[in-house]
Amino acid sequence: MAEVIRAEGLFKKFGQNVAVDGVSFSVEEGEVFGYLGPNGAGKTTTIRMLVGLTRPTSGEAYVNGVSILKDPVKAKETVGVVPESSNLYGELTAWENLIYMAQLYGLPKKEWEQRADELLKDFGLSERRDSRFQGFSRGMKRRLTIAAARVHRPRLLFLDEPTTGLDVMSARGLRQVIRKVKEKGVTVFLTTHLIQEAEDLCDWVAIIVKGKIRVIDTPENLRIQAQEVEALEIKPQPFSEMLPKEMESLPGVEKATLIEDKIHLYGQSIHQVIPQVINYLSEKKIQILSIKTLTPTLEDAFVKLTGMEAEVMRVDKPQKMGGVG
Amino acid sequence: MKKEIKRVYYIARKDLKAYYLKPPLISWGLMLPIVFILAFYFKNPLGIEEVSPGLVGLTLLFSSTSMAAIVITFEKRTEALERLLLAPLSVRTILLGKTLGSAFFGLLMGFISMILVVFFFGLKISYPISLALSLILSSVAFALIGILISVGVKEVFEAMTMANFFRFPMVFLCGVFFPITAMPSVLQVIGFCLPLTYSVDAMQQSLLAHGGLIHRGLDLLILAGFCLILFLLAQKVFSRRIQEEY
Repeated sequence: MAEVIRAEGLFKKFGQNVAVDGVSFSVEEGEVFGYLGPNGAGKTTTIRMLVGLTRPTSGEAYVNGVSILKDPVKAKETVGVVPESSNLYGELTAWENLIYMAQLYGLPKKEWEQRADELLKDFGLSERRDSRFQGFSRGMKRRLTIAAARVHRPRLLFLDEPTTGLDVMSARGLRQVIRKVKEKGVTVFLTTHLIQEAEDLCDWVAIIVKGKIRVIDTPENLRIQAQEVEALEIKPQPFSEMLPKEMESLPGVEKATLIEDKIHLYGQSIHQVIPQVINYLSEKKIQILSIKTLTPTLEDAFVKLTGMEAEVMRVDKPQKMGGVG
Repeated sequence: MKKEIKRVYYIARKDLKAYYLKPPLISWGLMLPIVFILAFYFKNPLGIEEVSPGLVGLTLLFSSTSMAAIVITFEKRTEALERLLLAPLSVRTILLGKTLGSAFFGLLMGFISMILVVFFFGLKISYPISLALSLILSSVAFALIGILISVGVKEVFEAMTMANFFRFPMVFLCGVFFPITAMPSVLQVIGFCLPLTYSVDAMQQSLLAHGGLIHRGLDLLILAGFCLILFLLAQKVFSRRIQEEY
């Protein structure tokens, strides 16, 4: 299969801060490549370098065979980009926004209207054709932003945190859209801080922390790597914040974390600890609402490979202030 | 080349369509110069003729810089500017588009104020070509000043404050209300470094058929020089800013 992205030691510094610290990887045609990491890991900066928006401080990348250093404008012509914020023009209607994108991407004039109508239909926005973008819901804004990135029919699509800030239904709908795009043979490079999303959508996952790629593998292989440690999930009642810390001292428990209102215990053969756990909790007069052993998830692999708590991935970016006017 | 010209035009057209009715543009672009004109007229109806060309220049200055500074700052704020940066456009194409939109808006406002002074105060257009060229070149130079301002600020109100920081001194230093030669020599030096001086000088000659610090042809040449230098500077500063911010 053809290689559509090749990054060679991409490095970017802002003043003294290193945002991306020498990342190298390649993405082949038709794949969904996930770039998974917490906020501030350097995901957006990597995309901005790959699509020719900003120049790397050092390193090189080829997108569809075009060097991003030598010809960033040409590289931009071959890709579609959906930035993290849905940043089309609020003052223009859905249709006008698509026409404007068709103009900027150099589509022949006779195709503008047909392509705009086609995309509105594909993304279920035909009825809102003449509504201004600023009046759209977040989910609709997101869909139109993806539609806008597809105006020139790119074979490579970059999506930066596509479902961030969306409600559950819109996020689910959007994942469906991404799957459809993949079915058309389009290569997708997506960044996310949602482990589940990477697991659901991606053929390959690169885990990036503090600007460095820790590992690149398929979600299956990453899960297998986490297999050596078993996990036990307990839902206690009443619940106390101190409980995980206390349970870490039980023999056979290597690590205890808190996931929503459940406690996850990790250990080499954690199932053997079940009797002690039951005893410990009943002595403390704590009810067990549920208990089960877990097959490793990508989240477990993430925790193991990065040494970070999965919680760091749930911290949302500080919201920017709303626009003016 | 043809492709670039088309895209410059699309950017300019979109800006005009999306933003020309924004309140700060209307107030700073047209209201302020009209207030100036009326204030002068009521104070001294007979002397209005002498200051009219300068007032047209002021309208151009305020509307062109406002449009450029507001549009870019606003798009930076709503992150829509990233949309342009992601599109297959060079910095030159983006800036040419933004300049064209703003200059056109300034030109339109300048043209309206010129029609007003010509009709109401009975001015005669002695050199139409010089007048047209001075209007066009001035609006481009002022739009570029607006763009340079927008690069350095984050908020729309900052852009307006910053714009006024440059614009208000020009009102007094560039021969709009009194001849530049009547000022102390230090201020004259500053006046001669500002583009509005040459816009006003060319417009005074074109509309009043007399006066002039230098030949109007030279005024136009200097204005063209300002446009070129300001554009190259904007291109450099804007490119550097992208690398720092994205």
